[in-house]
Amino acid sequence: MKLTFEDFQPGPFGTFGPHHVSREDIIAFATEYDPQPMHLDEEAAERSLLKGLAGSGWHMCSLLMRISWDGFIQRTAFSGAPGVDEVRWVSPLRPGDDLSVTVDVLEKHESKSRPELGFVTIKNDMRNASGQTLMIARIPIMVFKRAALGAN
Amino acid sequence: MPYFEDVKIGHRRELGSFTFTADLIKKFALQFDPQPFHLDEEAGRKSVFGGLAASGWHVSAIYMKLAVAAIQGEAAEMIARGEKPVASGPSPGFRDLKWLKPVLAGDTLTYASEVVEMRELESRPQWGIVNFHNTGINQRGEPAFSFVASVFIPRRPTT
Repeated sequence: MKLTFEDFQPGPFGTFGPHHVSREDIIAFATEYDPQPMHLDEEAAERSLLKGLAGSGWHMCSLLMRISWDGFIQRTAFSGAPGVDEVRWVSPLRPGDDLSVTVDVLEKHESKSRPELGFVTIKNDMRNASGQTLMIARIPIMVFKRAALGAN
Repeated sequence: MPYFEDVKIGHRRELGSFTFTADLIKKFALQFDPQPFHLDEEAGRKSVFGGLAASGWHVSAIYMKLAVAAIQGEAAEMIARGEKPVASGPSPGFRDLKWLKPVLAGDTLTYASEVVEMRELESRPQWGIVNFHNTGINQRGEPAFSFVASVFIPRRPTT
């Protein structure tokens, strides 16, 4: 039984992960998508504001998707997201970090144009193993109602 | 990158184009976003997208890939002219990211970046914040992707 619009209520939803990120993961992502020196090279990274090798912010976003998928999206009657309200990169992603994501439901409302689903705005707090917040993302996701699943 | 003082609102930079092949779409999806319509043509055809569709995060990461290439290309040109490029700082984040149209296998997005806001930082006098409106337009001229990114840009040192 998949999670539906009715299962998302304002308040704490859950914590998902951990997901391990290696130095090789950081460099592989940066090489393909964000080849800036502070994501690729320890020495250049030491000289940057990030003070050491740090993962791309877009790597953190991509990992948020993966951790969310493994944690709850794959068992949700998920209909995608139209976008992202806000992402704040708070602290750098470091080699060896074990990431977890704590999800809070901020609000929910029915779709006017698509009565079979609703919007659920979630706040995702991505943290490392010591509990330091690395990224906060506010994302409206679309979730089918239970009645819509019954019709399938 | 110029210094903060040299940045002008309205300045637009073309970042180039990228074609999302089926192989590249699946490679990203397998690692980060393994939803069936990002991994399998048949599942994509049956989905609301109507075909194998790139992950929205893939579309976003390709913006960064092209932006870095454009900035590094400009820096190389400045060095060739005997000028010293300024390294921009890290980004504190972004807002209002919109996946406006599905990006299907074979689609080509052309990305651009325009300065829309800038302000000085009282807390960090050596940096300013510049906001860029970044867009991706598909081969039919339809906006498919947009967001507003913030970047720290160094102030011109006072001598």
